[in-house]
Amino acid sequence: MQWEVVIGLETHAQLNTVSKIFSGAATAYGAEPNTQACAVDLALPGVLPVFNRAAAEKAVRFGLAVGARINRKSVFERKNYFYPDLPKGYQTTQLELPIVAEGGTLRIQVPSTGSGQSYEKDIRITRAHMEEDAGKSLHEDFHGMTGIDLNRAGTPLIEIVTEPDMRSSAEAVAYAKALHSLVRWIGICDGNMQEGSFRCDANVSVRVKGTDKLGTRCEIKNLNSFKFLEKAIEYEIRRQIELIEDGGRVVQETRLYDPDRDETRSMRSKEEANDYRYFPDPDLLPLVVSDAYIENVRGTLPELPQAKRERFISEYSLPAYDAGVLTSARELADYFEATAKALGGEAKLAANWIMGDLSAALNKEGKDIVDSPISSVRLAGLLKRILDNTISGKIAKEVFAAMWNGEGEADTVIEAKGLKQVSDSGAIEKIIDEIIAANPGQVAEYRSGKDKLFGFFVGQAMKASKGKANPAQLNEILKQKLAG
Amino acid sequence: MSLTLDDVKRIAILARIEVSESEAQAYLAQLSSIFGLVEEMQAVDTRGIEPMAHAQDVVLRLREDAVSEADRRDAYQAVAPQVEAGLYLVPKVIE
Amino acid sequence: MMLNASLKDLSDMLAARKVSSVELTQTFLKRIDELNPSLNAFITVDTEKSLAQARAADERIAAGKAEQLTGIPFAQKDIFCARDWLSTCGSKMLANFSAPYDAHVIEQFNRAGAVNLGKTNMDEFAMGSSNETSFFGKVKNPWDVSRVPGGSSGGSAAAVAARLCPAATGTDTGGSIRQPAALVGITGLKPTYGTVSRYGMIAFASSLDQAGPMARSAEDCALMLNVMAGFDSRDSTSLEREKEDYTRDLNQPLKGLKIGLPREYFAEGLSADVARAVEAALAEYRKLGAETVEISLPNTRLSIPVYYVLAPAEASSNLARYDGVRYGYRAPEYGDLTDMYQKSRAQGFGAEVKRRIMIGTYVLSAGYYDAYYIQAQKLRRLIAQDFEAAFRQCDVIMGPTSPSTAFRLGEKSDDPVSMYLSDIYTIAVNLAGLPGMSVPCGLGDNGLPVGLQIVGNYFAEARMLNVAHQYQLATDWHTRMPEGI
Repeated sequence: MQWEVVIGLETHAQLNTVSKIFSGAATAYGAEPNTQACAVDLALPGVLPVFNRAAAEKAVRFGLAVGARINRKSVFERKNYFYPDLPKGYQTTQLELPIVAEGGTLRIQVPSTGSGQSYEKDIRITRAHMEEDAGKSLHEDFHGMTGIDLNRAGTPLIEIVTEPDMRSSAEAVAYAKALHSLVRWIGICDGNMQEGSFRCDANVSVRVKGTDKLGTRCEIKNLNSFKFLEKAIEYEIRRQIELIEDGGRVVQETRLYDPDRDETRSMRSKEEANDYRYFPDPDLLPLVVSDAYIENVRGTLPELPQAKRERFISEYSLPAYDAGVLTSARELADYFEATAKALGGEAKLAANWIMGDLSAALNKEGKDIVDSPISSVRLAGLLKRILDNTISGKIAKEVFAAMWNGEGEADTVIEAKGLKQVSDSGAIEKIIDEIIAANPGQVAEYRSGKDKLFGFFVGQAMKASKGKANPAQLNEILKQKLAG
Repeated sequence: MSLTLDDVKRIAILARIEVSESEAQAYLAQLSSIFGLVEEMQAVDTRGIEPMAHAQDVVLRLREDAVSEADRRDAYQAVAPQVEAGLYLVPKVIE
Repeated sequence: MMLNASLKDLSDMLAARKVSSVELTQTFLKRIDELNPSLNAFITVDTEKSLAQARAADERIAAGKAEQLTGIPFAQKDIFCARDWLSTCGSKMLANFSAPYDAHVIEQFNRAGAVNLGKTNMDEFAMGSSNETSFFGKVKNPWDVSRVPGGSSGGSAAAVAARLCPAATGTDTGGSIRQPAALVGITGLKPTYGTVSRYGMIAFASSLDQAGPMARSAEDCALMLNVMAGFDSRDSTSLEREKEDYTRDLNQPLKGLKIGLPREYFAEGLSADVARAVEAALAEYRKLGAETVEISLPNTRLSIPVYYVLAPAEASSNLARYDGVRYGYRAPEYGDLTDMYQKSRAQGFGAEVKRRIMIGTYVLSAGYYDAYYIQAQKLRRLIAQDFEAAFRQCDVIMGPTSPSTAFRLGEKSDDPVSMYLSDIYTIAVNLAGLPGMSVPCGLGDNGLPVGLQIVGNYFAEARMLNVAHQYQLATDWHTRMPEGI
């Protein structure tokens, strides 16, 4: 039987405000336990929530970035349940009237796999709403008890919900990556997945290919890396298909992915009697945003990844792949564009270097593009020397390494190391004459038709020039001389 | 709508209030009489009426995003039943 | 003499250095010491803390920096968190809760240089109309200690009536200032919702709770409201309005005042003696130049079911924070986490609180939400619209505060429905968010006080206080005090 996989994602992204959504406590990560939990976060008697305007602004930014409708009036509701990391006994969230309504989409690039071509797809965003994060339960043993740290309680979240539009784990990962890139791009979330700033719940179901009705879904909670997201979905798909093929039935439930065992398991504890008794929070009034406010926020949005990608293709004649890579993060795109501008054309050369040597060097040292020791202007300085034939591409790598190590600008390095390309035809002729003289056998073979040996002579000559000979010039002179 | 003993027990679980069998019986009687009172509401036709959640027709005020709360952990934890290493202790949480 | 002095008189005496705040405070502390054992009006008295504040007030007066209420002791309902004071809300759950912060109301009194004389007893979490649900025992009505003082601000009411304090604060969710004020013969005002910040006031039903003054006269209430009212950014429902002087209209004549009399408030269920006292008060108002018009609040009957859906619903959620984790009562013995929650809450809350949590949990639960909660919110709007229509015909609405005078301790405590029905005249005012007050207007057949309720339009507190004050200038019901006290 042919199975079709149906996936929808719910993503919790922490909004990068400095204070909490309903209190003035700090949101900084990593503080001593409970030192950033104020009376409101601890739900002490009589204290009340006051809403943080930055949370609304960031949520609206998101809504506009995906082209969704913004609800002019949205309402906070209470989701009631008992859990020690939930101090009030309810989570303040939005249910009936979320700030970001329907209409949003996110375009994803699904990379090619062994069997298939890469492709693009639009994933529909159902809604996005604001809510507060819970605290953390620490399960190290405190005399058989659990420790509760409420520093995270009240951190603003935006929960972004998709339609069940994804059909494979690869699509789900591509969506998560695109979303991750977008929330950082528009400056609403730091995207730090290790610290839990960006985490996904995956709703997974399978159905017989060609049928319309959705299968029973399971929700896999709290996937905080792209790898876990992929593996958890893969496991869940296999589990559901096997279950059905063995005559079983999928039960709608919440599941947890265990990376150590690479499997999902039922979270029954969260399932029992979940009647959340939502109702509008009487301590908060309806959040109303005006058209002017929305337009104001729209005016502060940067050029969005998709638009930039398309512009890179048209304006810089970049291949789609390059444009995609370079627009995966705003800082990277800015770096590319600054380099290309400083270079004045030859954007493809800049793209190659950024995606190649620069990325490799950054990766090796675990650095971000903004921390690159070689700025876009300096990189352009190096690339200019390739374009004006001062150095070859190969020598440029050496110069790049020296610049990376703090040995100065491209010109300084070229000068200091004497790497300037030899374009003096007399000097090149001299080298070639010596090589022809030293290799009579190969010359004879070449002249008798063994063209392939041309490379041998180029290699020898280049070696003799210590790589500095202008390659084009060298080729030309060599050809003449060998022709005899 | 008449309330059953099972309803009472289910509500007690949702509300996290331990009730004995006899307490549940007593609640059943009391809650039933209260819901008798509440049933009066059902007779009124309220189609087209907007639910009223707040006394005043005002909108949410927005606070500037600034840290205004200092660390007062010691004062707050002075009233806690059980703390250790700055953490509130509860019986083992099983996920 | 000091015991019966108005706040204005006390203020003048303090300013003239005829008495010090310390002396005044000691006078009332001594009286509390003598009479509280029989009335149980206070949960916490802390002589040292009160006197320290009194000494500071005396210094401030000496320095010439006094405000009108500087140096005057006030009793605070134990629903207000006061820093380093036990703030119990009448519950075992918070019996040991020493608040790490001040409620806005407490802060305002502190800022004014007033003295906190102690924390008054109340129905547990303000849930009750008789002050019989307090973990700290029943409060007795000083007019007859076999009777209830009303609730939930019963401790404050009894303390003011028995002259254990010059005045006190209360809170009113469904009548909890007005009904006890009526039952002990004092003046109490519940302001327009949003006038007094709820910050640090332990929540019962957030959309209805409102704090207000309980005192011996309208004038005293006005002076207190001047301190209590005002915008507070820590409460999202606090209204951003200009600061008002609530005494400004006290001396306006009442000529031409239009008093609306809702026919539903003078119907079946109202005791004859209460009706007579209220009628007499209305006659007095006519003498003062007011005219009365009959009006209708047709949905009055529904206010009780609506209230007993909405208030418990909000309460069930507001009281979920009492889970034995971060503060408050935790059961001494328990098994797992759920057991800890269930035992702590079962043992820490009293019967009425648990009953209302159960009601609220039920009406919000899946399948019942629309039929109960949403329906109640729609009816709430109809009730508010009744008042809106009524205020097109009149300036203030008058009627009885409570259908009867103080009932006997234990008389209704086993019958929640009959207890709930006694709030029939006060609840609708909270649902609409309007200001309401109760003014003593006579004595019933048994010699117990009767309260006249005055309901004003939104933000009409100054006008209502004027209406009450003019009546109090013409009559002396508000000066009557229980015998033997």
